[in-house]
Amino acid sequence: MTASNLQKMLDRGNFAVSGELGPPKSADLSTLKHHAHDMRNHVDSYNITDNQTAIVRTSSIGVAATLIQMGLEPNVQMTVRDRNRICLQSDLLGAVSFGVRNFLCLQGDHAKFGNEPGSKNVNDVDSMQWLQAVKKMRDEGIFIGGDKLEHPLPPLFLGAVVNPFADPFEYRPYRLAKKIAAGAQFVQTQCIFDIDRFERWMTKVRELGLHKKVYILGGVTPIKSIGAARYMQSNVAGMIVPEALITRLKGAQDKKREGINIAVETIQRLRETEGVAGVHVMAIAWEEVVPEIVERAGLYPRPVLS
Amino acid sequence: MKSITKQKPYTEVSQLLEGLDRVCVVGCGTCATTTKTGGIEEVTAMKERLQADGKLVTGFLVVPTACDEMTGEMESINAEAFRNAQSILVMSCALGVQRIASYLGRPVIPALDTMFIGMEMSEGSFFETCVQCGQCILGYTSGICPLAACHKGLLNGPCGGTNKGMCEVDKEKDCAFTLIYNRLKEQGRLELMSAYHPPKNHHVTLKPKSFKIST
Repeated sequence: MTASNLQKMLDRGNFAVSGELGPPKSADLSTLKHHAHDMRNHVDSYNITDNQTAIVRTSSIGVAATLIQMGLEPNVQMTVRDRNRICLQSDLLGAVSFGVRNFLCLQGDHAKFGNEPGSKNVNDVDSMQWLQAVKKMRDEGIFIGGDKLEHPLPPLFLGAVVNPFADPFEYRPYRLAKKIAAGAQFVQTQCIFDIDRFERWMTKVRELGLHKKVYILGGVTPIKSIGAARYMQSNVAGMIVPEALITRLKGAQDKKREGINIAVETIQRLRETEGVAGVHVMAIAWEEVVPEIVERAGLYPRPVLS
Repeated sequence: MKSITKQKPYTEVSQLLEGLDRVCVVGCGTCATTTKTGGIEEVTAMKERLQADGKLVTGFLVVPTACDEMTGEMESINAEAFRNAQSILVMSCALGVQRIASYLGRPVIPALDTMFIGMEMSEGSFFETCVQCGQCILGYTSGICPLAACHKGLLNGPCGGTNKGMCEVDKEKDCAFTLIYNRLKEQGRLELMSAYHPPKNHHVTLKPKSFKIST
C-alpha cells in the first residue's frame, strides 16, 4: 500500500500544490467534476470541503468517491461540528475503504453561520482530539474508546489547519506544535494576504524547529474584487487583509487580473520562505483561474510521481 | 448559581391557557426574582394581564424557592386559591414548574423559558459559566470553563476565529481561550496551554443525571 500523491510529493521535496473543491447544494456534481477536470494537471490533490460555513451540501466523502472514480486524489475535510465520535470514526473507515488517504481534521464553522442555524453543534470531540484519534486508529489500531480495529489501516496522511494571523498571535506557533504532537503531518494555513505577519509567524515556527516536523502549505486565495477583499477584511474572523492590498486593487484597471497577480506574487514569495513546503490554492467560485495561477507561479508542470 | 429564565411570549401563555379560565399565578422568590421574570412585580403584572383577558385569577403568590421541596407546604397554606383554580401558571424556572406539577393534580403551565444555569457577572448580566459536565477542568484553564465560555466548547483551543480577542460567533463576546491564555500568562503558567485534553466522557453520569448521598 502506497502513500498518497500529496504525501509523496512532499516527502520527495517537491513544492506541493493542493486545490479545493466546494460541493454543491444538490446531488448534481457536474459542475464540480468540470472544475476538478480543469485543474487536474495543476494540483496534486483536492481538498473537498465539509459543509463549509455550516451550509448543507453534498458530503465531502461522497464527492471523494466521485473524484477517485475520475482518477483524482481527494483530501477529505472532516469537521467535528456535525458528527459524534461514533459517526466520525465510522465515516473515516468508510472513506478509507474506497481509497481516501488524505484527511484534514477541522473544527468547522459554527452552525449559526449556515443555512440550518437552529441545528446542534455536535463538537463531541474537538479538532485536536479528532486528529489524535485518527493517528491512533492508524498507528495503534485502536478507536477512541480503546476497542481494537479488526484490521490495520493503510498509510493515511493527516492534515490540520492553522491560522498564523489570529490572536493570541504569540501563541499560534505553539498551537501548531500541539497539532503536530496530536498527529498533523501537514497543515494548510488560513489565506495569506498579510505576508509580513505570516513571515513573522514563520520565523517563530522555524525557531521552534516545527517546519522540520510538519509540511506547511500556505493558503492562497485570489481576490476577485474590492468588495470581496472588504468582505474578508471585516467579516471573516482571524483573516487579515491589509489596507495596502485594497489600495493596490483600487489602483488597478482590471481588478480580477490584479487579484490573480497578487496571488501569483504571494506564491512566489512563499516559495522563497524557508520552511514552506507548498501552497493550498483556494479559489472557490473562481476555480477556472487556478491553472493560470499555478503556471505563472512557476509550478507547472506538476511532477508525475511513481 | 442561578437558573436563568425569560418570559414566554404572552401569546404562547394565552394559548396554553385556552379553556382554563380560573388561574392561580405562582412566582419564585429566588432566581426568577433576580432575573425579573417571576418576582412579585412580574406576578402582579401577569395577574392584571390575565384579568384584562377575562380570566379569573384565584390567587397570586411568590413562593420563597419554587424548586425547594418546602414548596409543597404552600399548597396547604394557599389551599383555597389552588382548589379554585383550573390551572397553575408558574413564573419560575422549569425546576419550579416540575416541583409544583408533582404536588398538584391539575394542569401546570410554565410562563417562562429556562435558558441556562448562570452567574450574575454584573448587575442584570447573566452568563452561562458551567455546563455541569461532571469532570471539572478549571484547574487547567485558569478558572474559566471553555465548555461553557467557548461557543464551540473546545478543550484544546483557541480556534482560528479569534478576532482582536473577540469571538467570531458573537463579536460582542470575549474569546474564552484568549481570556484563558491571558490569565495563564499573568500567572506564569502558559505551559498549560500546550497540555492536550483528551475527549470527554459525556456519560460520567448517565442522562438524566442523578446523585445520591451515600450514607
